[in-house]
Amino acid sequence: MTFRVHVRVLPRAGLLDPQGQAVEHALTALGFEEAGAVRIGRAIELDVTAGSREEAVARARQMCDKLLANPVTEDYLLDVESD
Amino acid sequence: MPRVAVVRFPGSNCDFDTLRAAESVGADAYFVWHRDTDLRGADVVILPGGFSYGDYLRSGAIARFSPVMQAVQRHAAAGGPLLGICNGFQILCEAHLLPGALMRNAGLTFVSKPVDVTVERVDTAFTCDYEPEERLRLPVAHGEGRFVAAPDTLRLLEAEGRVVLRYVAATERSPFQPNPNGSANHIAGICNADGNVVGIMPHPERAADRLLGLTGGSGFFTSMISSHQQSST
Repeated sequence: MTFRVHVRVLPRAGLLDPQGQAVEHALTALGFEEAGAVRIGRAIELDVTAGSREEAVARARQMCDKLLANPVTEDYLLDVESD
Repeated sequence: MPRVAVVRFPGSNCDFDTLRAAESVGADAYFVWHRDTDLRGADVVILPGGFSYGDYLRSGAIARFSPVMQAVQRHAAAGGPLLGICNGFQILCEAHLLPGALMRNAGLTFVSKPVDVTVERVDTAFTCDYEPEERLRLPVAHGEGRFVAAPDTLRLLEAEGRVVLRYVAATERSPFQPNPNGSANHIAGICNADGNVVGIMPHPERAADRLLGLTGGSGFFTSMISSHQQSST
């Protein structure tokens, strides 16, 4: 089975995110004063072939731990859907 | 004379400067390609600056898995001197040969300018020709040089004296702004617990020839010669 994996990688809470800050300032300047705590990360999508959803999640987690996210500075969220 | 391997990744761009700086102090320096699996008897290994793999994903994240990095890991594990400059430092952190990580500069912009640093560690193979607390002016050129590490790791680095270079505050003689990237504790370079693996953001190879205007970086290269002579006598 093929699963579509969505990975969201975000800078770890508490670490300075200068991109998030800059965008937050820009939103405020545009009048969106209700916006706050902006964080900027990256989204990665990939197909994973696996026997089960659990296996797909486990493999995707390994990919994140090994390459897609840096455990020192980033957290990630996984979302797995079957095709 | 020490054999100095300069590792080239696709996207390395300080490789020739580094080779030349090593040659200029008499080292037997040569290039090793990222697909090579043998460092050809290197006494010293340098990962030069640049943008390996286009900085895709994160700086150094993909270079870390190059075939040559297994040989580099073995060299480091055996106590061999290993220096990462700029992108090389980023690769060493991604490879877990050094703790912490290098993130986007606090000011968001790519910073390319001379900075002042002090040499806080003078017993490594790359800094033994400097005086303790010697002040250097070296160029930096990076977009992702903000050193971050977990609070425990930072405390450990400080307690064990593993900060090799630190950005220093401007003085009358130094018109340059300190800490160009927002690094924790103004850290510009660190080493591993054994002191044989060193990573620095400034570029000593760009400050190792009078023609380039700055010469403060040449000590990194003469130190390789001095420490090699000491270890082989």
